[in-house]
Amino acid sequence: MSALVDAWPQLLAGLGTTVFVLVTSAVGALVLGTLVTVARVSPVPVLRAAAFGYVQVLVNVPLLALLLLAVFALPDAGLIAPLVTTAIIVLTVYEAAYVAEALRSGINTVPRGQVEASRALGFTLSQTLRLVVVPQAARAVVQPLGNVLIALLMNTALTATVGVVELTSATNKVNLVQAQPIPIFGAAGLVYMALALVIGLGAGRIEKRVAIRR
Amino acid sequence: MPDADRPPMVSLRAVDKHFGDLHVLQSVDLDVAAGEVVVVIGPSGSGKSTLCRTINRLEPVDSGQVLVDGVPVPAEGAALARLRADVGMVFQSFDLFAHKTVLDNLCLAPTMVRGTPKAQARREAMALLERVGIADKAGHFPAQLSGGQQQRAAIARALAMAPKVMLFDEPTSALDPEMVAEVLAVMTSLAEDGMTMVVVTHEMGFARRAADRVVFMDAGRIVEVAPPEEFFAGGGSDRTRSFLSAVLTH
Ligand SMILES: Nc1ncnc2c1ncn2[C@@H]1O[C@H](COP(=O)(O)OP(=O)(O)OP(=O)(O)O)[C@@H](O)[C@H]1O
Ligand SMILES: [Mg+2]
Repeated sequence: MSALVDAWPQLLAGLGTTVFVLVTSAVGALVLGTLVTVARVSPVPVLRAAAFGYVQVLVNVPLLALLLLAVFALPDAGLIAPLVTTAIIVLTVYEAAYVAEALRSGINTVPRGQVEASRALGFTLSQTLRLVVVPQAARAVVQPLGNVLIALLMNTALTATVGVVELTSATNKVNLVQAQPIPIFGAAGLVYMALALVIGLGAGRIEKRVAIRR
Repeated sequence: MPDADRPPMVSLRAVDKHFGDLHVLQSVDLDVAAGEVVVVIGPSGSGKSTLCRTINRLEPVDSGQVLVDGVPVPAEGAALARLRADVGMVFQSFDLFAHKTVLDNLCLAPTMVRGTPKAQARREAMALLERVGIADKAGHFPAQLSGGQQQRAAIARALAMAPKVMLFDEPTSALDPEMVAEVLAVMTSLAEDGMTMVVVTHEMGFARRAADRVVFMDAGRIVEVAPPEEFFAGGGSDRTRSFLSAVLTH
């Protein structure tokens, strides 16, 4: 246990980085994923095709490959950004595809007829989405989005491989000095579980709030 | 009764429409006068729904012209939304907003599209619910209503926009037989009040009772247009007669 106490500042800094990367890329992925979804349901064929292509490409490429590409290939091409920023951008772009998939599955739960009825009543596309589709899709979307965010949390650990000193990397460094893998990695694992639990509980609460009466 | 002095409320001129290789509407011409009730009948797949849906451009046409109250139906955008607000539509599957009460289903479009003040929209909505006989369901959600009640609510929702014309696409086809009459009664009273109506239906009784003209479609063409007495007398084309004998004897 003393190993943990001595290494406390290092581990806390690592946790801070993990939470920072998690929160910023979660916000980014939610915003970008929403834009992709809007493009995907828009009446413009080019936008629909682009959004479809975006999702298809990103769900079919390993995140690690994208991280390595961004960290090692982009500077080669003259694009240099701080390591953590690069990691956040890659996670945002990657997870946005999963956010878009979750949102689309939610939208698909809203019967098409209601969208036609909205158009027939004179709603614009944005009114139809805002007043009819989103309120009904919201309930179906909360749990899947929670799962995407939990996957994102786990994926932040992959940034360790390209040199970001987040919780897993910090834990590893501490263990190299202290050589007590069981308490050190065990504690890190518990912290990941606690964070996932917070996301899961939060999703559960939001889901109750957006429940629709029928 | 149709008003012959005004220009047609709905006008289709040489309208053509394809779904891929399928020629669903083949140079369709149809004028519907203000106050007129036109009933469209024909076999499944003949293009009745598609014809109905071109009027408010839920289906765009390939060529020809669609006019509502003398105005060509514009391309997708704000002007089309405004035109659609004036054209009421009732679907086979009711399509009420499941997350809104019946009253809110009626108030949503008037307040959001027309900018009607909330209190006024609610007053007018309650009057319409009274008229279609479901005022006691105002606070219920659609899933708590029977099919017939849902369809009457859907008609009231369309009427809440004070439309110039009402389109009905098989409004009773999804209903249990005992609920068909209550919906047809609402439609008949609407017709008597002078609403311009285009009604796709298999209800021949309604066509006889309420229609000013019956349009018979087959394979994307309007084969025959006649007042109901004449139409059901069976003096028309062979195609019409065989369709009529099939629907009237089953
Ligand atoms: N969105 C679409 N894409 C492709 N084909 C379509 C589409 N909508 C309709 N069709 C086809 O066009 C033809 C006419 O369809 P429409 O729905 O207008 O017929 P209908 O007369 O209303 O038939 P029903 O009595 O069965 O409702 C049918 O063959 C149908 O399969
Ligand atoms: Mg049809």
